[in-house]
Amino acid sequence: MSAPAVVRIEPRRGIRLAELGELWSHRELIWVLATRDVRVRYRQTVLGVAWAVLRPILAAALMTLVFGRLAKLPSEGLPYSLFALLGVVPWTFFSGAVASASESLLGAQALVTRVYFPRLALPLAALGAPLVDLAVSLVLALGFALSSGLRPSATWTLVPVGLAILFLAAAGLGAGLAALNALFRDVRHLVPFALQLALYASPVVYPASLVPERYRAAYFLNPVAGALEAFRGGVAGSPPDPALLAISGASALALLIAGVALFLRVERRLADVV
Amino acid sequence: MTLAIRAEGLAKRYRLGGHRPGRLLYEEIGARLRRRSAPPGDRPDGWIWALSDVSFEVAEGEVVGVVGRNGAGKSTLLRVLSRITEPTSGRAEVRGRLASLLEVGTGFHPELTGRENVFLNGAILGLGRREIAARFDEIVAFAEVERFLDTPVKHYSSGMFMRLAFAVAAHLEPDVLVVDEVLAVGDAAFQRKCLGRMESIAESGRTVLFVSHNLAAVRTLCASVLVLEGGRAVFRGPVEEGLARYERQLASGGGELERAAFSGPLASELVLERLRLRQAGREVAAVDPGLPLELLLEGRAEHDFRSLDLAIALFRDGFRLFTCHDGPSGQPLGAGRFESRFELPANLLRPGVYTVGAGGQRPGLGGWVWADDVTRLEVSERGAMEIDGRDLGALTVTYAGSRRSVVEERVSPARP
Repeated sequence: MSAPAVVRIEPRRGIRLAELGELWSHRELIWVLATRDVRVRYRQTVLGVAWAVLRPILAAALMTLVFGRLAKLPSEGLPYSLFALLGVVPWTFFSGAVASASESLLGAQALVTRVYFPRLALPLAALGAPLVDLAVSLVLALGFALSSGLRPSATWTLVPVGLAILFLAAAGLGAGLAALNALFRDVRHLVPFALQLALYASPVVYPASLVPERYRAAYFLNPVAGALEAFRGGVAGSPPDPALLAISGASALALLIAGVALFLRVERRLADVV
Repeated sequence: MTLAIRAEGLAKRYRLGGHRPGRLLYEEIGARLRRRSAPPGDRPDGWIWALSDVSFEVAEGEVVGVVGRNGAGKSTLLRVLSRITEPTSGRAEVRGRLASLLEVGTGFHPELTGRENVFLNGAILGLGRREIAARFDEIVAFAEVERFLDTPVKHYSSGMFMRLAFAVAAHLEPDVLVVDEVLAVGDAAFQRKCLGRMESIAESGRTVLFVSHNLAAVRTLCASVLVLEGGRAVFRGPVEEGLARYERQLASGGGELERAAFSGPLASELVLERLRLRQAGREVAAVDPGLPLELLLEGRAEHDFRSLDLAIALFRDGFRLFTCHDGPSGQPLGAGRFESRFELPANLLRPGVYTVGAGGQRPGLGGWVWADDVTRLEVSERGAMEIDGRDLGALTVTYAGSRRSVVEERVSPARP
């Protein structure tokens, strides 16, 4: 039997990167927490997991009516309903993931104040249930694209790229907001509003090509912009400019690092403030 | 000798009225500005030291009782050792995996079934699915919840909940097991089972830190104790010596009641300050069920009361067993300090932990002050554990009665 590791307990200064290693040894926990959320999510609902499909359909239908029919926004040659659905599906994942990750610490007070584990497991696990919803609604979106006459092509490889950017951005933003939310409950009220704003700051109901050329690089600093354009453009066979996509990718990565760093800084005070 | 735990100068400071949980952003900014402008030493927020300069060692395989009055720092110490909260200064080393059972049902999700919760808890303790699966049957058998494994735990009784929580923590074979007060819940049979399990954990060479007000359990289980007082470690050594010290600590200046616990219109006019237990003329921490018990309630009346009744009540599992008074109704109470005495006969209470309520009222509901939970009262086991599954419950009622066989009369059908 190998000698058990000695755990040192002392006041910490700054950020402890060793925690990321600990996170790996607790991967089972992330898995269990995530599956817990998935299981609980649709318990005691009549429609169950159908909600994962219904919500984007309803949202896309509403957008088609308001932005497609009434406002007559352009849709890059796609039928507006398909355009909207291809925007709404990844957007629903992003907003759902950010919202649930930002609530993850507060929702787990009982755990945080009573047992030790790398706290980063909480916002990460909170991404699980939205991911499952995404997988389900992705089938819907791609099915709709196929039935509208689009055929898989080389540009479909951009779909996972877009989703990866979206995931990194959601993880970083979620972790950072979760930490801030534990310190200041204002965040809880701010997040839904900020997500509402972000919906209009991202190419969900309109194409990014609507943004004037000279602002476009700045526009793609919003990682959701690159992610959505890669996703929708990939499916439709009209990929975005790789340079713009790179901006979004880099910005997602920066968001991830900043969010995790903020989280690790706040984390050691968590049990005392939650 | 290998050390399982070594603590050096551990200290933990909490801010009073400082960063409150869930404060709003503008409040925080305001508080920071005020703090900055206030001269040092005259700051609006005070600090309290929940732990100060605590150093001790625990050898591998030792079972150590941690005792101390409420607020002595026991829970804070366990939280620091469990890495739930960081020490303000000092350091500690823990060898191996530490599992803590600090509260009933830690990390249980009410919507999930018993089975799912076992895996969730195991994962929180850092175990893999396979390791948990290997011990699953043992856990379930110990907790006696086989039939309800696939029921969400929100439908569990508190007893079942408790059993499952203890079973998980006790069967996951941590190197160090930290247990806080769990024996205060659950029935006597379950408590005995838990003690047995902790004994076998100890025998298997694992280290156990055991916090309890149940001195009989500490005696049975632990060879040595750590006594905390006001956030400091004041004793670390053999169990009898330590418990004697703790009991003296309780007797002297002990039994202070928390003012905030009381409510009612008379709360500011009638202040109840102390409740002490006395048996055979000596103050005690735990009650010997074989001797009569006196409860001494001290307090202060801010003015003369023409008539005032003082009472205590005993609760068990949230159920009021009885209320008793220090005399007939309608007695006057003069301004100033008073001491009121309540007598309970020998052999009334069975071993276990009770909650004491106390208060006073003007007859005819003309104003009152009351608290349901001013202190706990522990009745210890007497001699050998002589429970044979017959004498259950809180009060001792010996068999009184008789039995006879009844010959059933044959009833002939009534004639129309």
